[in-house]
Amino acid sequence: MSAAPAPAARKLPLIDADTAFFWQSGADGVLRIQRCGDCGHWQHPPFPRCTACHGENVAPQPVSGRGRVVSYTVNHEAWLPGLAVPFLFAAVALEEQAELHVFTNLLMPVEAARIGMAVRVTFERHEDVWLPLFVADEDARDA
Amino acid sequence: MPSRKLEDHACITGAAQSEVGRPSTRGALQLTADACLAAIADAGLAVSDIDGIATYPGKSSEGGGIAPVGTAEAAAVLGIQPGWVLSSGEGFSHLSPLFHGIMAIASGLARHVLVFRTVAQATARLASRQSTLLSGMKGSRVDGNNAWTVPFHAHSPVNTFALYAQAYFDKYGATEEQLGQIAVNGRRNAMLNPNAIYRKPLSLEDYLASRVISSPLRLYDCDSHIDGSTAIVISASDAARDLRNPPLAIEAIGMSLGGLWTGQFRGDFTSIEADRAGEQLWNRTDLTPADVDCAQIYDGFSIHVWLWMEALRLVGRGEAAAFCEGGQRIARDGELPLNTGGGQLSAGRFLRYGHTHEACVQLWGRGGERQVVGARTALVANGGYGFGAMLLRRA
Repeated sequence: MSAAPAPAARKLPLIDADTAFFWQSGADGVLRIQRCGDCGHWQHPPFPRCTACHGENVAPQPVSGRGRVVSYTVNHEAWLPGLAVPFLFAAVALEEQAELHVFTNLLMPVEAARIGMAVRVTFERHEDVWLPLFVADEDARDA
Repeated sequence: MPSRKLEDHACITGAAQSEVGRPSTRGALQLTADACLAAIADAGLAVSDIDGIATYPGKSSEGGGIAPVGTAEAAAVLGIQPGWVLSSGEGFSHLSPLFHGIMAIASGLARHVLVFRTVAQATARLASRQSTLLSGMKGSRVDGNNAWTVPFHAHSPVNTFALYAQAYFDKYGATEEQLGQIAVNGRRNAMLNPNAIYRKPLSLEDYLASRVISSPLRLYDCDSHIDGSTAIVISASDAARDLRNPPLAIEAIGMSLGGLWTGQFRGDFTSIEADRAGEQLWNRTDLTPADVDCAQIYDGFSIHVWLWMEALRLVGRGEAAAFCEGGQRIARDGELPLNTGGGQLSAGRFLRYGHTHEACVQLWGRGGERQVVGARTALVANGGYGFGAMLLRRA
C-alpha cells in the first residue's frame, strides 16, 4: 500500500517589477491595488497606463480588503496528486469600485458560498508570495 | 461598378479531417498530411495549386500537444512552396487564419490558401496528465495571465468558465437540466458522425449522474482532448467556380478581443466579450439570425454555447437556457440545429476547426444521417478568449 501523496503545493506566480507589489502586499496585512493618481480609477491586474484616462500616473494604493463574491465554483477535481478537494475558487469584486475583480479562494465550507456574499481578505504566505484569500465578512451584510 | 466586400473575394472550396484518435497511432505530422491532402483533393486541386498556408496558433512545444505542427513543416511534408504564410498566435481564435487568408486572396498574394490545425493532446496526456494543465510542465512559477488564477489551484480553464456558468445560473435562474441539453444534443449528433470520438448514447439522466468537475460544470460539460487534424481550402472566387465542389460563400465575418485573454475581468461573468464580433458580422450581411439554418458554436465547455448564442443575437440576453429546455429547438430538426457533428464535447477537441468543418459538411449535403435538411447557411463561432464568427452560405 502506497503512502498518501504529500499535499499539493500551490503553483506560485512569477513575480516581476509590475506585479511584486500585489503578490507581496500581504507582508503587512494590507491588500494593495493599482490606482490612477490623475482620475482615481482602480485597475487589476496592473497595467503600465490607466485603462480609463490612459495616463501613466498609476501606483499601488491600499484597499479595504472588503468585497463581494461575483461568482464562485466548487472544484471537485484533484488536478495534481495531493490536491485537497473540494475547494472554492472565486471572483471577488472589491468594494472600492464596480468590477474591480480579483481571483481567489474562499476559505469557508463549500456549501456556504453565495454570489453577493460579503467577504474580506486574509493572506497565506508561500515563500515570497502572500496570496490574498477571502473569508466571510461577518461585519458586513450580504448583497 | 459596385465595390465588393472583402468576403466576396474568397470561397471555401475544400474541407477534410484526419482520423480522430484518443490516441491516434499516426503522428501529428502524418495526421496533418492526411487532413491537408484530403482537403486539397476534395477541392479538386493539386498540391502545386496551393500558394498560401496558414494555421493557428503556430507551432508550440508547450501546451501538451495543443499545436504540434507549424506551417513550415506542414509545407515541407506536403511539398507546398507558399508565397504567403501565416501563423496567428493571438486574435480571433481559429478563424484568424481564415480571415487573414481571405485578405491574402483579396490582395492578390494567394489564389488557394490551405488552413490547418493539428492537435496531439491525447498522446501528450498519456505521457503526463499535467501536460494539459494551465500550470503545465514548465518551471515552478506561473507567468502571464495564468498567474492570476493558477496560484488559487485553478489548474484548468474549467475553473474560470465555471464562474461564468454559476453566475449565469444565478442571474437567470438557469438549471442543470437546461445546460445538460448542450451535451446531450452534441452526443445525439456525434452518434451519427463516423469520425466522432464519443458515439455511445448519452441521456440527460446520464448527464445529471456524472461527476461534478467544477460546479456547476460536470464531466460531460467539458470537451475531450484528441489527436487529429482539420484542413480547409479557401480559393479566390473567380478560381472557385470550376472546382469540384459548389463554392461556399463567406457571407460575413466578425471578430473581437477582450476578457480573460487581455487580463481584464470586466462584467458580471454572464457574458463574453463577443458582442462586437456578432455586431460586426450582422452589419456585414443582409441576412439575419433568423436565416441561420445550422449553428456550429464553440463548446470547449457547454456554457460557451449559451454565451455565444447571446453574443450572436440568436437569442436575447439571458434567453439561451430557456431556449435549450428540452432540447427540441437545438436538435437537427429544430429551429436552430446546433453542433450537428457533435461539437467538441462529443466529436472531440479539434480545437475549434471541427466547427468550420461541420459547417462545410452540412452545406455540401454530406451529413448522411445527421444532415440538416435543406441547410443553405451555417453560422460558425469560436473562442473563449479571442472571438471570431463566420457566416457561410451555399451560393
